[in-house]
Amino acid sequence: MRKVAIMGVGMTKFGPTEKSQVELFAEAAMEAINASNIKTKDVQALFLGNGLGDFEEGQLNLAGFCANELGLPPETTAMRFEGACASASVAIRNAFLLVASGAYDIVVAGGTERAFSMGTSLATRTFAMGTDSKYEEFSGLTFPGVFAMLAHLYANKYNIPLPKLKERMAMVAVKNHKNGAKNPLAQFQKEITVETVLKGFVVADPLQLFDCCPFSDGGAAVVITTDEIAKKHVEKPVYILGAGQGSAGSLCRQKDYTIMPSRIASAKQAYKMAGVGPKDINMAEVHDCFTIAEIVLLENLGFYDFGTASEAVEKGETEIGGKIAINPSGGLKAKGHPVGATGAAQVYEIVKQLRGECGARQVENAKIGMTDTLGGDAGTIVNLILGIQK
Amino acid sequence: MYKLTYKQYFEALKEGKLLGLKCNDCGSYTAPPKLCCDKCGSTNNEVVTLSGKGVIKTFTVIRVAPEGYDAPYIVAMAELEEGPWLMGNIANVDPDKAKMDNIIGKKVTVGAKVLPKMNYTPDEGVTPAFIIAE
Ligand SMILES: [Zn+2]
Repeated sequence: MRKVAIMGVGMTKFGPTEKSQVELFAEAAMEAINASNIKTKDVQALFLGNGLGDFEEGQLNLAGFCANELGLPPETTAMRFEGACASASVAIRNAFLLVASGAYDIVVAGGTERAFSMGTSLATRTFAMGTDSKYEEFSGLTFPGVFAMLAHLYANKYNIPLPKLKERMAMVAVKNHKNGAKNPLAQFQKEITVETVLKGFVVADPLQLFDCCPFSDGGAAVVITTDEIAKKHVEKPVYILGAGQGSAGSLCRQKDYTIMPSRIASAKQAYKMAGVGPKDINMAEVHDCFTIAEIVLLENLGFYDFGTASEAVEKGETEIGGKIAINPSGGLKAKGHPVGATGAAQVYEIVKQLRGECGARQVENAKIGMTDTLGGDAGTIVNLILGIQK
Repeated sequence: MYKLTYKQYFEALKEGKLLGLKCNDCGSYTAPPKLCCDKCGSTNNEVVTLSGKGVIKTFTVIRVAPEGYDAPYIVAMAELEEGPWLMGNIANVDPDKAKMDNIIGKKVTVGAKVLPKMNYTPDEGVTPAFIIAE
C-alpha cells in the first residue's frame, strides 16, 4: 500500500443556507483544490457523502452534478456514498484505500447536505430511516429516541443517578458550545451553561433540546493523494495513518448498546493500521449527535474504561488543554451536523489542528488526531487516525 | 431459503403469536427473524413460537414525533425469556408517568399494534406492544 496524505481541505459555514447541495459541495471542494495548489483537471475521482439529498431537494445521483459543477472532465469517476451520518467518512476511507492501492493518484472526497430546509417533522422522519424500517421504526422510534434509551440504559447499568448523569451530559454540551464559540464556521457560536441545557424542552426523555445536535446545511471536502504528490504541492501534508470501518444490524440485535461492537472493531482496525493505541491520541473529533453519545463513544474508542467517561467529562479531562481534547471544533452539537458532510468536517478540523491553524481553539502540541463517525444506529462506523509524521 | 419472512412474522404477531427461530446448531433463538441464526450464522433453524414474556431493559418517551405519529408515546426494548431483545411500544402506561424505576426491570407480555401504510412504507406495519404486568 502507498503512503496516503491529505493536501488541501475546505468547508462551508454550517447552518441554514440558501445554497443548493451541489453549490455547498462545490464551494468546499474548490477551496480544498485551491489549497492543494493543483488544477481541477488533476482530480481523477470525486467521492461524495450524502445522506438524504433525495428528500431535501428531490435530487438523486448528486455526484455527477458536483463533478460537472467543478469543471471536472468526462473521464472523472464520480460516486455518491451513503452510510447515513457517516457518509462522508465512508467516502474518505474509500478514497484513502483506492489511492493507497494505486487505482487513483488524486481524489476529492467529502460530502454535502441540506437537512435544515426539511423542517422538523420531515427531518425527524427521514433521520429515523437509519433505524430498521421493518422491525423498529414502526414503534415511532426517532433518532433522539435511540440515544434517549441509551441514556437510561447507561444510567441503570452503571448505577449513576439520572440527575447526576444528566448534569454530566449537559457538561458535554457546554464544552462543545465553548469550543464552537471559537469556530467561525460553526452553526452555533455561543456559549451556554448547564442551566441552559436543563431548562430546554424535552425531545425524548431524558434528552432535552440542548442534548441534541441541530439539523444543518453544509459542505466539506478534502483532497487525498500520495505522499510524493502531497510533498510537491503543500508545505504540511497530513498523513492518514489508519482507517477502520465496522457494521451492525438492528438495535434490538445489538442488545446492550452501551457497548457497540461495530465501533470497537472499527477503532481496533484503525489503531492497528496506525500502530498506535488510544493513549497516543491527542485529540479527537467524534460523533456527539447527542450528549450521551459522546460519553459512550469515549469508552468504546478505548479512551476511558466502561462506565467512567461521564466522570472524566465532569473533571474537564475532555476540554481543550485537558487529557484529551474532544471535539475542539464544537462537534456536531455546536458546529452543526449536515449529515453527509459531517465526517469530512471532522477531518477538516483535525487537519487544521495538526497544522496549527485553529487560533483560539488550537490544541497545543497535537501530533495525532482521530475521527469517529457513526451512521444510523451504529450500522456504519468509521474511524480515521491522522498525523503530521508518517 | 427463508424459514420466516418479516411478513409471516407480522401476520402471526397480529394474531397474538410471537414467532422466532431456534438454531439447531447452537440452540440460541433469533427474533425478529432473519436469514440466519443471529448468534452463530447457521441457516439450520426452525420456526418456533416464543413465550411472549420478557423484561423491559430501557425506554424513552418520544415528545417530538416524526410525520405520521402523535407524541407523546413510549418506545421501549424488552429482553425476552428466550434471549432476544425486541423494540416496541408500552401500551398500558401513561407516558407522563413513565420513569426509570417504574419501567426498567418490569415484566411484560408482548402484544401487537398495527399501523396503516404511510409515506415511504411498502405496506402496513406491525410493532410489538408491551403490556406491563399488574
Ligand atoms: Zn446458531
